[in-house]
Amino acid sequence: MKRMPPEPSNTAVFVAHGLTKIYRMGEVEVHALRGIDLTLNRGELVVLLGPSGSGKSTLLNILGGLDAPSGGEVYYLDHKLTGASESELTRFRREHVGFVFQFYNLIPSLTARENVAAVTEISAAPMRPEDALALVGLGNRLDHFPAQLSGGEQQRVAIARAVAKNPAVLLCDEPTGALDSATGVVVLEVLEKVNRELGTLTVLITHNAGIAAMADRVIRLSDGQIAEIQSNPTKKAARELSW
Amino acid sequence: MRALDRKLFRDLWHLRGQVLAIAAVIMGGVATMVMSLSTYDSLVTTRDRFYSEYRFAEVFASLKRAPDPVAERLAALPGVERLETRVRAGVKLEVAGFSDPITGLLLSLPDVGAPQLNALHLKRGRLVQPWSTDEVVLSDTFADAHRFQPGDTLAAIINGKRKTLTVVGVAVSPEYVYQIAPGAMFPDFKRYGVLWMGRNALAAAYDMKGGFNQVSLTLARDAHEQDVIDRVDAILAPYGGTGAYGRRDQFSNRFLTEELKQLRTMATVFPAIFLGVAAFLLNVVLSRLIALQREQIATLKAFGYSYLAIGVHYVKLVLLMVLLGVAAGIALGTWFGQGLSHVYTETTFRFPYLDFRLSAGIILIALAVSSLAAVSGTLLSVARAVRLPPAEGMRPDMPETYRTTLIERIGLQRWFSAPTRMILRHIERRPLKSLLTVLGIACACGLMMVGNYQKGAIDFMVDVQFRQASREDLGLTFIEPTSGRALHELAALPGVDFVEGFRDVPAILRFGHYHYRAALFGIQPQGQLHRSLDAQLKPVALKPGGVVLTDHLANRILHVKPGDMLTVEVLEGRRPLLQVPVLGITQQYLGVSAYMQQDSLNALMREGGTVSGAYLAVKPGTEAALYARLHERPRVLGMVANVAAIQSFYATIGEFILFYNLVATVLAGAIGFGVVYNSARIALSERGRELASLRVLGFTRGEIAYILLGELALLTLAAIPVGFLVGVGLVGILVIAFRSELYRLPLILTPENYAMGASVVIVSALLSGLLLWFRLGRLDLVAVLKTRE
Repeated sequence: MKRMPPEPSNTAVFVAHGLTKIYRMGEVEVHALRGIDLTLNRGELVVLLGPSGSGKSTLLNILGGLDAPSGGEVYYLDHKLTGASESELTRFRREHVGFVFQFYNLIPSLTARENVAAVTEISAAPMRPEDALALVGLGNRLDHFPAQLSGGEQQRVAIARAVAKNPAVLLCDEPTGALDSATGVVVLEVLEKVNRELGTLTVLITHNAGIAAMADRVIRLSDGQIAEIQSNPTKKAARELSW
Repeated sequence: MRALDRKLFRDLWHLRGQVLAIAAVIMGGVATMVMSLSTYDSLVTTRDRFYSEYRFAEVFASLKRAPDPVAERLAALPGVERLETRVRAGVKLEVAGFSDPITGLLLSLPDVGAPQLNALHLKRGRLVQPWSTDEVVLSDTFADAHRFQPGDTLAAIINGKRKTLTVVGVAVSPEYVYQIAPGAMFPDFKRYGVLWMGRNALAAAYDMKGGFNQVSLTLARDAHEQDVIDRVDAILAPYGGTGAYGRRDQFSNRFLTEELKQLRTMATVFPAIFLGVAAFLLNVVLSRLIALQREQIATLKAFGYSYLAIGVHYVKLVLLMVLLGVAAGIALGTWFGQGLSHVYTETTFRFPYLDFRLSAGIILIALAVSSLAAVSGTLLSVARAVRLPPAEGMRPDMPETYRTTLIERIGLQRWFSAPTRMILRHIERRPLKSLLTVLGIACACGLMMVGNYQKGAIDFMVDVQFRQASREDLGLTFIEPTSGRALHELAALPGVDFVEGFRDVPAILRFGHYHYRAALFGIQPQGQLHRSLDAQLKPVALKPGGVVLTDHLANRILHVKPGDMLTVEVLEGRRPLLQVPVLGITQQYLGVSAYMQQDSLNALMREGGTVSGAYLAVKPGTEAALYARLHERPRVLGMVANVAAIQSFYATIGEFILFYNLVATVLAGAIGFGVVYNSARIALSERGRELASLRVLGFTRGEIAYILLGELALLTLAAIPVGFLVGVGLVGILVIAFRSELYRLPLILTPENYAMGASVVIVSALLSGLLLWFRLGRLDLVAVLKTRE
């Protein structure tokens, strides 16, 4: 098993030590994470790869401040996330994290522009919603409601919504999971562009190994542990991907 | 247990908050119905049993005096089954430590044996000893009001002579279930009482030895009441008979009947409103609740369950909720019903016992109405869900189609933040659903207003009656019609500011085939104390030569209009038959009257300035001395002090109103909370995912609460004015349904009514908001990342 040493801390966005997570389901204890050590750096595009039940979603939730680990520590820059209060975690998400969901989770009653604005209205130094939508190639669909957009377009709105606040990290949980491959590629291109142009640390969960080729690093999870961390010096452009 | 049934109980448990809220709505409707109908049934059953066990007479007649042999002629009339004569007399009473005027009615008891008719139910003590001269049995209302026990004494002015009487018993009579002094508006147990004493002693005091002045009789099986009345009248006319009458016109029974009719109306109208509103809410709430189960229904269908099986499953689910609500409603309604019956028999009607009844029919109706409303709402939603192909049902909903709202399109958009736009668009997107929610909340507001309406209405009635129409401090009646000179003597008494005479003549008013037994009331045309009011409640001067009728008497009983000619059958003196034109209509909320100028009435009766009594304005502080002086005057019979009358009215009715208000408040509150909470809860189910997504995106709990509760607040605020309209409408229905000759409720809503209506809604909304606030804290943020719905 090959392990990357932690990167120098001046570029580290997330540092995790010995993360464990145990769910109690009735009588049974489920060990979702069994000791994860991990550093994620500024500007990286990281793919978390693994079969379902490998713990990748749990890890993402902990990084995003949605869940607390049972043991171990996570730092975001110099903030300790473990042990933070509910309102501190809310503020963390609000200020620093962009989420992209598998099923987009757009607000159906708001237009594309307003979906983005809903987030920029509560952020400190956001982009203009129009700019965020232009970034994802939807500058001409500003006033469309989600019902008037295709699945790929909805996901791009979701990405615009996630990046519009200029977050330090973009967490994407199976962003292409509900899309066909052609549309999925378009969405990945957008993520790639955001990562490249804004330098946002992008963490992408997938069980689709084909996507791993576009990552700077691929972290393979298996049974709650990191099975492998693979640097990818020859990463492919998203449009070259197919599955 | 089959899997589907197990799911049933899990679902019930899972939805327990909403189940309870829905059950509360049903409970509110059912409890109102059970309370009202069981009280009505109980009072009717009790009355019927009391009347028959205590041989309540069927025809009554009063006269000046007839010798005993006349009774034999009456008893021999065809159609008469049993007949009894009595001596009765008005009397003034004195109770130690109570200075207000007290009027009594003395009735004779047979010197030997129990009465054949109108028997007494002794609550305490015994009947009078044969041939006793100073023993009396008291009506229980009067005895209770003054805490008389057997052995106590009181004084009576009997035919001008003061006599000390010893109380030997306290009794209830079917003849005096409802006791009210002649000329009074309301029962006053402290200032009016019925007394029974030995006939010999009573006859001696009133020159009635060997004679009688009152007859009661029962009818043979096939007898026709009116024939018997006519024959009795024919025999008694030469003896000063004032017209025989049946139970229908017997005072206590008439009031009891009217009150029961009112109660019957209440037992129909109130539950119809409450249960109707509850059913509507149930239907709305359940159809939304079931709509949320769309995916589950699709899954069941995919498994191969038939439409029928799925329909039955959901019907079972809602019927369990209904059963819960109906059971709670019956329990609460029975409890309230017992309370209400008790209040009735304490304050208004005196029965020796109360047979509380709760008939199976009531329960069945409650169950049927609630089930129907619930099942129809459910089946509608199930049918909608079942119509979808399973695959489509299980697929995530396409994002629902929204558009910018009207107020945004007219240029206000820039003023609204994204969350505010979400609220507005969500409301506008499903206008029918929003409307139903608003209507549901409005109904709760309206119900609360109905429940609280009566107090304000009664205050208003009392104000109109006593501060605008009958403004006298004291009304008194003479033993018999008297010369107008008596008024000068009254005016000369110390403490009397002003005197106004009146003449009242018992009569039957006829128009076409309608008739009504009442009194022609002669008052002063420009009266200062007693006045008649027009539709705007302004005093109007009476014109000479005709009568002015209370609107209810003219429009709903006699069906006459101004200009018509009324036939008046006078029941006093030489009993003339007169034709009198109707000159106008007067507005009156309490009772019904036929007014004339006193001079015109005197002219019709061919008498000069005769008065039956007088209205007095009294200098404040001189009342007690004046009462004492009037008490000594042998020609003055009854006195009714207005202040005392108002106080006794409030004392009597206050408890009833208080009880009723409490019940209505509790039930309307339960319904209100049930609706608001369910609306909020369903909104949360419908939008939980959206809100959780926003939470993940960094919205605080307060910010998402604004989106959810903002909608609730907006709908609640919109519902309040609508609720006011609903309240006015429901009160309007009540006003129409409750019209009777005893009283007509005015359509008056006080600011207090509106405030109560609004506050039930606001408090329910705040409480629901608080509960939702806690729920929002437990939103599953992780789940929304993965699941579609």
